[in-house]
Amino acid sequence: MTVTGVLQIGIFFLALLALVKPLGTYIMRVYSGERVFLERILGPVERLIYRFAGVEPSQEMSWKTYAVAMLLFNAAGLLFLYALQRLQGVLPLNPQGFVAVSPDLAFNTAASFVTNTNWQAYGGETTMSHLTRMLGLTAQNFLSAATGMAVAIAFIRGLARHTANTIGNFWVDLVRGTLYILLPLAVVLALLLVSQGVVQTLSAYKTVALLDPTTNADGQPVTEQTLALGPAASQIAIKHLGTNGGGFFNANSAHPFENPTPLTNFLEMLAEAVIAFSLTYTFGKMVGDTRQGWALLAVMMIILVGSTLVAYVSESAGNPRLAALGVEQTASSLNPGGNMEGKEVRFGIANSALFAVVTTGTSTGAVNSMHDSFTPLGGLVLLWLMQLGEIAPGGVGSGLYGILVFAIVAVFVAGLMVGRTPEYLGKKIEVYEMKMASLIILIMPMVVLSFTALAVVTAAGKASVFNPGPHGFSEVLYAFTSMANNNGSAFGGLNANTPFYNITGGLVMLIGRFWPAVPALALAGSLARKKKVPSSAGTLPTHTPLFILWLLSVILIVGALNFFPALALGPVAEHFLLFR
Amino acid sequence: MSAHSTKALPDHYKTLYRRAVLDAFKKLNPRWMVRNPVMFVVEIGAVLTTFLWVQSLTGQGEASPGFIGAVSLWLWFTVLFANFAEALAEGRGKAQAEALRRMRQETHAKRLKEPRRDAPMEIVSSSELRKGDFYLVEAGDILPADGEVVEGIASVDESAVTGESAPVIRESGGDRSAVTGGTRLLSDWLIVRVTANPGEGFLDHMIHLVEGAKRQKTPNEIALTILLAAFTIIFLGVVVTLLPFSLYSVEATGQGRPVTITVLVALLVCLIPTTIGGLLPAIGIAGMDRVIRRNVIPLSGRAVEAAGDVDVLLLDKTGTITLGNRQAVELIPAPGVDERTLAEAAQLASLADETPEGRSIVVLAKEKYGLRGRTLTPGEQAPAGFRFVPFSAQTRMSGVDYNGVAIRKGAPDAIFAWIQEQGESVPQEVRVIVESIARNGGTPLVVARNGKVLGVIHLKDIVKGGIRERFAQLRRMGIKTVMITGDNPLTAASIAAEAGVDDFLAQATPETKLKLIREYQAKGHVVAMTGDGTNDAPALAQADVAVAMNTGTQPAREAANLIDLDSNPTKLLDIVEIGKQLLMTRGALTTFSIANDVAKYFAIIPAAFVSVYPSLQALNIMRLATPESAILSAVIFNALIIPALIPLALRGVPYRPVGAARLLRDHLLLYGLGGLIAPFIGIKAIDLVLVALGWAHG
Repeated sequence: MTVTGVLQIGIFFLALLALVKPLGTYIMRVYSGERVFLERILGPVERLIYRFAGVEPSQEMSWKTYAVAMLLFNAAGLLFLYALQRLQGVLPLNPQGFVAVSPDLAFNTAASFVTNTNWQAYGGETTMSHLTRMLGLTAQNFLSAATGMAVAIAFIRGLARHTANTIGNFWVDLVRGTLYILLPLAVVLALLLVSQGVVQTLSAYKTVALLDPTTNADGQPVTEQTLALGPAASQIAIKHLGTNGGGFFNANSAHPFENPTPLTNFLEMLAEAVIAFSLTYTFGKMVGDTRQGWALLAVMMIILVGSTLVAYVSESAGNPRLAALGVEQTASSLNPGGNMEGKEVRFGIANSALFAVVTTGTSTGAVNSMHDSFTPLGGLVLLWLMQLGEIAPGGVGSGLYGILVFAIVAVFVAGLMVGRTPEYLGKKIEVYEMKMASLIILIMPMVVLSFTALAVVTAAGKASVFNPGPHGFSEVLYAFTSMANNNGSAFGGLNANTPFYNITGGLVMLIGRFWPAVPALALAGSLARKKKVPSSAGTLPTHTPLFILWLLSVILIVGALNFFPALALGPVAEHFLLFR
Repeated sequence: MSAHSTKALPDHYKTLYRRAVLDAFKKLNPRWMVRNPVMFVVEIGAVLTTFLWVQSLTGQGEASPGFIGAVSLWLWFTVLFANFAEALAEGRGKAQAEALRRMRQETHAKRLKEPRRDAPMEIVSSSELRKGDFYLVEAGDILPADGEVVEGIASVDESAVTGESAPVIRESGGDRSAVTGGTRLLSDWLIVRVTANPGEGFLDHMIHLVEGAKRQKTPNEIALTILLAAFTIIFLGVVVTLLPFSLYSVEATGQGRPVTITVLVALLVCLIPTTIGGLLPAIGIAGMDRVIRRNVIPLSGRAVEAAGDVDVLLLDKTGTITLGNRQAVELIPAPGVDERTLAEAAQLASLADETPEGRSIVVLAKEKYGLRGRTLTPGEQAPAGFRFVPFSAQTRMSGVDYNGVAIRKGAPDAIFAWIQEQGESVPQEVRVIVESIARNGGTPLVVARNGKVLGVIHLKDIVKGGIRERFAQLRRMGIKTVMITGDNPLTAASIAAEAGVDDFLAQATPETKLKLIREYQAKGHVVAMTGDGTNDAPALAQADVAVAMNTGTQPAREAANLIDLDSNPTKLLDIVEIGKQLLMTRGALTTFSIANDVAKYFAIIPAAFVSVYPSLQALNIMRLATPESAILSAVIFNALIIPALIPLALRGVPYRPVGAARLLRDHLLLYGLGGLIAPFIGIKAIDLVLVALGWAHG
């Protein structure tokens, strides 16, 4: 650990906190239908979309209609993206002449981008045409993020309203979220990225002569290199803002055209976390008590900062086996120190550990270093951040309704302990709410564990594992954890582009995304219908440090109980093997 | 009835325990167990390990028969302990039900054709009486069915139902017209209209209730069961997938043995919330039982649970907040009248007045002015020359005439009219005094002698001792108290201030009460009230928690969801406490149960996988002796914690009137942090015992 490292981490979190209130307020205004300054320019576009799609923006929906609209829209997106990949060979904007994507990979990729996962079983620059990327992948980057935010906003309305039958209009939430939040932010970020050297072009790939010719593995001289190009900046901006994470290049944010400088690294991390964190303020504003939002933010922050420190300390400590061989791993002016395997020199330990924590904490899944090469403990932190259910702060929107479901469970048990039918924000938590919350909470661990089990007992699953032993197990566990939680980052070391992983993975991503979203909307509908119980001294306060601590304990203990045995056979066993 | 059972002999407890043990085995029937998903899973695990044990006896087992047998045995104990807790909670109810059933024996009924004493009568069995029939009861008869008195007045021994030996008066009309089958008429006669068919009466209802036969899960209990079931499903997934994980690890590393089914079952049972799952039924039954022991009959389990949610209490002023009667607190003489003269006259006028107000005047005169305190009982002869004038609704005065002197006391306007009739005038000062007393919430009585005003008696409502503190407690718990009174707003405000209630409803009528309840409910409040009169029925039906007095009318009792056999309005506060205790106990044990799992992981996971990854021994932070002893210790701890917590489940988490924030903090420390730490100590201790007994090597 170095002072500059700690400082950079500190500055990142402070910058993030500073943006929460202004952006959170703006988001609240967008979704409450208040006029925002961009409406002068984008208002006509918005109205045109409604007229074109036949949407009556003032017409609100019941939770069922909302859920059906959300599912239909995403189903259409899935089919469209699948078709686009299968037909890319005959469609324009394909300067490299890529052929149709194989059916299983096309299904996996379509599911991946519709679910905001952006798991990439393919190499971007060697598989997808420009058209597929722009019209398919980038468009879904916007729309899947807007879907997540819409569900979160509908959920907030459920808590904020009382004796109401509707929770908003899905089409309006989708359009406004895209037009007024994601699009302008993406434009600004894309321009900033371009200014730092991120490429943005429709031209074919360039072949350039090497300044320093070298030889390949067969001893043949290599004098030139093909540089992959494309409309990268526009996709990368939304890739981070929408917690998507699907890289333009296979190396993702470790690639110099995707993340060239420490400044772009900082901006990309900030973009990943800023909307998810700001939504807590939006939540506080919309329910009329900003303290409630700050409480959720505190829980998210404690988990994220704590994880960053563990990962940073663990990576800085380096590898004891290398130390035994006399490798210098202490930080100095000439040596970044610690475990530099799989990390970019231009980012170093601190910004690699921070990026890894932020990308797994936010369900983004972009990487600027190879998670596979992290120390067992560092890798454990990344794995566990996802296994908590992507709630610290999680994906845009999905993280918020995820943590709100945990809050409801925490309130239920705590509320009993103070001798009242538990209530959250004045809404009684009763049988129906517990049913829906249980459905949401139990699906993720069930999916992760059962598919990991399937993979490690079938020949098809085991064939892809390159590293046997606890590390190989971690890789499979990581893959399904990442897909079920719609994160999309990979531990590597696993050949994921096989029919087995493509098909199971596609299913896991779809279940992980839409199974929780529907009961979340049902919960919102039920909460909206309820009366609001006035608060009194007998009401359980849900904004105090005590409640923050309780919610934190519930999240950590549930997360630990679900995955402790699996982790013990993976990173924990590996850690003890390494340090004994 | 509770009075009988609480004074029971130790013998009684022996029977209770013996029966509970027996029932614990009877409840092993899967058809019964399936009602409780968590414990049902444990039972399946116990059956499975029993088969594995039998298999191991043939030498084909996955582990030594001693180890599998021990795990299996303790799993059976886990189920039995949980069943025992439930059976014990039910046990007391069963004993009560038997006592009640003996009382409900068939009797003869004198059925009348019409509700007249001289109507034609036939003798039928009580089981032939139907709703709407009329019957006659006379002194010494057992009342054959529940009903409403339509004619007559009589004293009834209701000790069979209430445990209260003093007879009560039952009469037609008014608020004391409901009678209960199985009680005995002590004097006079009554004509009663039957209000319940055989088998549907109050006593039948009580029997079902205390037996727990009709017990249905309450909404909150269902919500908790769902959460517990969700945890059970998750842990089932965790444990089932552990087998392939373990197989893969063995294959990949080429060392160790895969985890055995026995260990997986042990892990599953330790992880699923058996502590709360096993005690949940007992908590509910015991909560109901606590209500019944306070002589309150809940007509549904829902009502007790809802009582915990109450945040607005509507309380009748009379009887709940104030003593039933007003008392004289001050004598204020008219101008030019000696205070002592007024006291003498007031006392004389009240000598024959047997109302509590009258008595209090005599007592005041005696205490403050040393006047001879003497009252006359109705039977006593008045001293020669004295003629007492009793109070009547027409004159609204009472008093005494002797030696040509006429003393009267009464309502100000009545006395003023009497004075003006005799051509005298009322001094302005007296009118001022009267007004000021009324304005301060008191009741003025004017005393006059021979047409001349002597002064004014200040009668006042006396607020019950300690009630103010109780209301302050309620306020700290977030419960608002509202006083209901027929008094005018001025009087009501003054008493409300003195008693420390949060709000009041003056000049209350059935309509205004109903409206008030609806208003509170519309704002999201949960409202509780007590009532006894027929005119209370609409409000009782509207309230979320409604307690009817047992002395109340049939409509009131039907509209309520709780019936207080002691007819004590303050009981509402106890019911709220019990409701809260019920929920707190569930929450506390759930937290405890889940927090326990952390330690169990540290016991079982290293034990299960140490053969594959010896380095995982580092996770054995309790330093348990062997893998077998570690797993067995966790299972034993998990089983023993159930009987250890039975007393808490039956008694309930102690109730304290503090705010929610404080309660949460204390309970989180005790049951959350305690639940995290306790099993580390417990499992280690059991492991040490196993080692000491030489059982560590299964």
